[in-house]
Amino acid sequence: MIYFNNVTKKYKDSTSLEGINISITQGEFVAIVGHSGAGKTTLTKLILAEEAPTEGTVYFESTNIHKLSNKDLTNFRRKVGVVFQDYRLLSNKTVYENIAFAMEAIEKSEKEIAQDVPHVLELVDMTNRASHFPHQLSGGEKQRLAIARAIITQPDLIIADEPTGNLDPINTNEVVNLLKKINDLGTTVILTTHNRSVVDQVKKRVITLENGRVIRDDKDGKYML
Amino acid sequence: MFLTKIKRIIVSGYRDFIRSGFTSLASILIMSITLFVITSLIFIQAALNSSLNDIKDKVDVTVYFVQNADEPSILNIESSLKSLPEVSGVTYTSADQALSDFKEKHSNDYLTLQALDELGQNPLGASLNIKAKDPSQYESIAKYFDSGGSLSQDSLSIIDKIDYHQNKVVIDRLTTIINGAKKLGFVISFILVLISIVITFSTIRLIIYMSREEINVMKLVGADGGYIRGPFIVSGVLVGAISSLVTILLFIPVTIWLGNQMTDFIGINLFTYYKANFLQLFIIMLGSGIIIGVISSVFAIHRHLQK
Repeated sequence: MIYFNNVTKKYKDSTSLEGINISITQGEFVAIVGHSGAGKTTLTKLILAEEAPTEGTVYFESTNIHKLSNKDLTNFRRKVGVVFQDYRLLSNKTVYENIAFAMEAIEKSEKEIAQDVPHVLELVDMTNRASHFPHQLSGGEKQRLAIARAIITQPDLIIADEPTGNLDPINTNEVVNLLKKINDLGTTVILTTHNRSVVDQVKKRVITLENGRVIRDDKDGKYML
Repeated sequence: MFLTKIKRIIVSGYRDFIRSGFTSLASILIMSITLFVITSLIFIQAALNSSLNDIKDKVDVTVYFVQNADEPSILNIESSLKSLPEVSGVTYTSADQALSDFKEKHSNDYLTLQALDELGQNPLGASLNIKAKDPSQYESIAKYFDSGGSLSQDSLSIIDKIDYHQNKVVIDRLTTIINGAKKLGFVISFILVLISIVITFSTIRLIIYMSREEINVMKLVGADGGYIRGPFIVSGVLVGAISSLVTILLFIPVTIWLGNQMTDFIGINLFTYYKANFLQLFIIMLGSGIIIGVISSVFAIHRHLQK
C-alpha cells in the first residue's frame, strides 16, 4: 500500500531521514517508534505530501505521491485520515461541525452527514459534547474528536502522529484502543510514538528509527530503545 | 451538489465571521477607516470643484463695441461666438442697457450722474460678455478676434476693445492655480486611497495568516481549494458590506455638522450634497468595501493553498 523507496530527507543543515526502505501493506497496524528528532514526524509528512523527499520516492499503491497535481493530491488526501499530537481541530467549529467538515470536504450529502456523524460521535463517546467548541474540551476529548474526524470518511489509511503525546495514561489507553478497533475493521493504521506502554499494548509491527535510519523492523515487536 | 457546496460555503463563512468576534470587529474597524477616507476624498473633491467653479465663474472676457455699432452686426458676432466649442455662454448688453446699469450702479454718485447728463448723449457702447467652458480657453477666444476667424472685416471694425489683454495675467494665474489644485487633489487622493487600501489588505492578510494552521488542516482533511477559500471570501464580503453600512451611517452626523458649521467656508452644504448623492455614494462604498474585502482575502489565502 505504501512504499518508501530509498528515501532521504535533508533540511538546510541536517538530515532528518536517510535511505528509508519500508513497505506497509493494506490492513496493517504499524507503530513507528524513536526518540524525539528520530524522523518519525518527517516520515508522516512525506506520506501526506506536506514535505517532499530530497532523494527517493514514496508510493501510495503505484502512484508517486510527490508527483501528484493539486487536484489529485486532494483526492489522495481524502483516502487518508490524520490524527496529530496537537489535535489540529478547527477552533471556530463545534465538535459536530468539525466532524461534518471532513464529510463536506469530500462532498457527502446532508443526509449522509446527518446519518454518519452521530454514529461516529457515539463510537468515540462524544455524543453529549456535540455542540461544544474545541477549547471547551479536555485533551482526551480533543484527541477522540480528532480520531472521529479522521475515520468519518472511512479512509484506507489512518496516520496518527504521536496521538497520545499530550494525554494521561487513561486517555492514552482509550485512544490506543480506539485505533486498534479501527484497525480491526480493516483500516491501515500508522502510529508514531515514543511511549513504551503504547507500543507494548498494541503488540503489532514496530519500526524503530534512530537518527533518521531504520534500525529495527519487528513483525510482532516491542519497544526497544 | 454545486448548490449544496455554495450553501455550505456561505453558512461556514457566516459562522466563522460571527464566531471570530473580535477579529471580525478589527477588520470592520480598519475597513471602515478605509471607506471613510475614500468617501471623505469624494467630499473634498466636491468641495474643491465647487470652489474652483466659483472662481472660474468670476473670470470672463468682455468685447466692447464702438458707439455707433448697429445691433444686427453685434448679434451676428454673438451668434458666431455661440457656435465656438470653447464658449459656454454669451450675454449681450445693449448701449441703453449699459447706460441704465451704469446709472443704477452710480445712483448715489451725484457728480458722475450730473456729468453724464451734461454730456447729452450715451457715451457707452454695447458689449458682449463671454464665458468660456474653461479659463484656459479665453486665450483662444481672444485670438479668434485677433485673427478674424469667420468674422468679416466689417464686423471686426465695430469692435472697440477686448478686455482679455488687461485681464490676461489674472486669468493665466487662475488657470494655473485651478489646474494645480486639481492635480494636487488627485495625487493626494490617490496616495491616501492607496495607503488605506494597503492597510486593509495587510490586516486581512494578517488575519488569514493567523488561520494558516486551520487552512493546513482543511487541506489534510481533503478539502479542495475552492471549499477552503470560499468561507474566507464570504467573510471578506461581510466585512466589506458591514463596514460600508457603518461608514454611511457615520457620515450622516458628520455631514450634518459640517453642513451647519462649514458651508460658508467650503462653498457647498455637505449634508445637502450627501443627500443628493446618497445612492451613488452608498454604491461606491459598498462596492469598494466588498471588492477590497474579496480581493484581499483571495490574495492572502492564495499562498496558503499552494501544495
